[in-house]
Amino acid sequence: MQITRRQFVKGGVAAFTITYAAPDFLSDLARAQGAHARNLVVLQLSGGNDSLSMLIPYNDSFYHSRRPSLAVPAGNVLQIGTDSSKVALGLHPGLTGLKEIFDRGRIAFVQRTGYENQSRSHFDGTDIWSTANPKNTQGPGWVGRYLDSLPSPVDPLVGWNTTGNSPHVLQSAHVSVPAISNPATYSFLSPNTGAEAAAEQATALRINTHVPVDRPEVAFVYGSAQAAMATLDRVRAVSLYAPSAPYPNTPLGSALKAVAGAMAKGIGTRVFYVTIGGFDTHSAQNVNATNGAYYSLMTTISGALLAFYTDLKNQGLFEDTLLVTFSEFGRRISENGVGNTSGTDHGAASAMMVMGGKVTGGLYGTAPVLNTDLKNPTLENNANDVHYETDFRSVYARIIDGWLGADSQTLLGGDFRKASLTFI
Amino acid sequence: MARHSDRQIEHLLRRAGFGATPDELSFYGEMSIADAVDTLIEYDRIPDDVDAKIAKPGYVGVTARGQFMPWANIADARQRWLFRMMHSERPLQEKMTLFWHNHFATGYTKVQGDLGGTEGARYMAAKASEDPAGVRGQLEMLRDNALGNFRDILLNIAKDTAMLVWLDGRTNTKLKPQENFGREIMELFTVGVGNYTEPDVYAAARVFSGWNLPRVGATGDPAQHYEFAYLANQHDTSEKTFSFQMYSNGSKTIPARSAANGMQDGIDFINALAGNPNTARYLATKLYRFFVSELTDPDPAFVSRIASVYLSSGYDMKQVVREVFLSSQFWATSAYFARYSWPVEFVVRAMKDIGWVGFTVNDALPALANMGQVLYEPPDVSGWDAGRTWFSTGAMLARMNFASSLASNQKFNLARTVKPLAATSDSVLSYFLNALATPTLDSSVIAELGNYLRATGAWTGSDAQLQAKAAGLVHLIAGLPEYQFV
Repeated sequence: MQITRRQFVKGGVAAFTITYAAPDFLSDLARAQGAHARNLVVLQLSGGNDSLSMLIPYNDSFYHSRRPSLAVPAGNVLQIGTDSSKVALGLHPGLTGLKEIFDRGRIAFVQRTGYENQSRSHFDGTDIWSTANPKNTQGPGWVGRYLDSLPSPVDPLVGWNTTGNSPHVLQSAHVSVPAISNPATYSFLSPNTGAEAAAEQATALRINTHVPVDRPEVAFVYGSAQAAMATLDRVRAVSLYAPSAPYPNTPLGSALKAVAGAMAKGIGTRVFYVTIGGFDTHSAQNVNATNGAYYSLMTTISGALLAFYTDLKNQGLFEDTLLVTFSEFGRRISENGVGNTSGTDHGAASAMMVMGGKVTGGLYGTAPVLNTDLKNPTLENNANDVHYETDFRSVYARIIDGWLGADSQTLLGGDFRKASLTFI
Repeated sequence: MARHSDRQIEHLLRRAGFGATPDELSFYGEMSIADAVDTLIEYDRIPDDVDAKIAKPGYVGVTARGQFMPWANIADARQRWLFRMMHSERPLQEKMTLFWHNHFATGYTKVQGDLGGTEGARYMAAKASEDPAGVRGQLEMLRDNALGNFRDILLNIAKDTAMLVWLDGRTNTKLKPQENFGREIMELFTVGVGNYTEPDVYAAARVFSGWNLPRVGATGDPAQHYEFAYLANQHDTSEKTFSFQMYSNGSKTIPARSAANGMQDGIDFINALAGNPNTARYLATKLYRFFVSELTDPDPAFVSRIASVYLSSGYDMKQVVREVFLSSQFWATSAYFARYSWPVEFVVRAMKDIGWVGFTVNDALPALANMGQVLYEPPDVSGWDAGRTWFSTGAMLARMNFASSLASNQKFNLARTVKPLAATSDSVLSYFLNALATPTLDSSVIAELGNYLRATGAWTGSDAQLQAKAAGLVHLIAGLPEYQFV
């Protein structure tokens, strides 16, 4: 077996010098011996999730009066009990799959997460949630910093980004996380065949182990090319994965299927990034018609996560998995239109969701009270938006300390631990 | 593919255009730098006849499914734009159109979701001359104004059908103001984040209340279409106060007006945004990253000079961009290859360097998606993140694989081109290293490329060997990290 070795070059860009041959049998062996490796899946709900439509305070009369066309009728929500402030909550009717997992005690919602002076900009907001730093969003993301903290050598497939781009949350100083949106097309093509093609691939492999020491920008691209070359074989193994449960034919379903495949094939990946867009529901949000925009988002998430849950559960991998969601902001409480065109504008705090085999499910934190009293402490901005109760970094801290086994104070640059967050 | 020209002209054409074919290099190479800049900028002197070349021999191909209909089919619209980037004799017009497309980033999918696929392509990409109602899609508006007046572009974009759908202006009414466009016109199109407040967002939403999108014409008539209209009865007539200046007398308040005159609110607001010094700096910074360098922070001297030309010229982008191309920062050798190429820049440049006859831009579309750039489909209203973010592993693999597909397609042309040099593998290598320009390669990389040519057997220069090795070598060079820089 070849060894992976990491070299640092000027500018802090990493390059991997030797390819990593897929030791499928090794991880199988490890698992047979009872060794478990914990996985983290980060699910970004891009666009600003209206979590009041996901986790619904259906008995709050202001929920209905402030959203005449965007309130889900109390009779339609999937009731999941009351939180510590005695507010009754229900899931959106499209979330039947999540209700099932919640009822099994494996989903936690943390209500009213955010930070002081929350940004209403998609781009600032995403950067802040990605870096876990409202004051300075330059530099690596919080998951990227976790990867940087891992002992060397770090395998090039330690992370797997299921999108084609490079989300800020995964950006790291030393680890180039591969972007693999479709394992089936992740291969090295050649204009030739046979020995000629093999010679080309061997040349590309050798060239890309090269490190242009004085040019960090070029070295960065070499790092990507090298990580691509070094991961081809293992990704090919994932492309052959046959799941134990059917996944919906949606981009999110396919992405989670690849994540489950990577876990099941034991290729060594520990951190995954998955995203679903479409949450910027300024107009035609439509939470009640089954083909409405928000309703469809909910059924898409529910279907994909239920398949993922079932598949992992069947394979004994759910115990090793923790999934956390984030979105750049919540949305305004009052709707902005009339009837079918109605939507919600950019707001502040929202709910996060954590799911996993070791998660202590339930409702954490308290729901916002939606009355328009300017002194209502659960709201802000003249009672237009939800005010945060739990700093989002406290949720990250719990995951870092309680699941990843790293030190949240180092990775987050401060003590954000919150004792009441016992979801893991 | 011989290079007649110097590095300066190549640098200019990589930035002001999409690289250069051998013919383009000879054409511009005979000019002084000043004349070349002038020719690129004063493109109105050159006929805009590129669309007439589509499907003609000698040019890159397009693939139609039935009739080629860029006004009604977004895949065809994407092909048309790539064709223009490849063959327009006004390369800077296409380059600036790309700049604006990224600046006013509007996504086809939302327009298509709301209005349907045919209508979506129409409002994104139709030319007025090919539409039964004379509808001009957003991209054509940007292309017509590529070096126009920024204030005019802003006003056009505020009334643009695709934009009114994309940022929901069409649902912005007096009783239910819609903040989406009001926020983004400040955050992303003009002054930039940090230079406006949340109350400014509410006020901006009210300014544009009533800037809606009724449908005009009879049902079933092909001329029926959506068109911007100011609906007086949907306009909030009360005054709007901002945290920054609205008028030259220093007033920050747009006065209350009658509903009939209320459209002036939006025009006043756009005038104020266009004239705001933060807009000038925001655009100057973006132009620096797009045209000069992504490897260094924008030079403050550059930003203040460009911002000052922007303001003193009354927002004339032709003067602004001319100043960019005449700046010392642009011509510094450290600016050569100092940008991470966008996927469309990479693809078009590769076709110009490697060859295109027999290739179709349709085959570039899925490759571009894998590289992270689908034209008419920016990821969100802030446009593409660009820079290093283009270079995820999957995207880099997609670039290498596009190079492979193109080299494979051009196999015979490439072999024929280097046949006169077939005596030694080194002369073949030198030829292609010259034809596919990169920043300086380390000697070990050049050695690996040379070894490749001799890897599967002694060099004979036979036709069969040339066909395999020329294509393989071109694939390897265009897939080099260094080739990804422009």
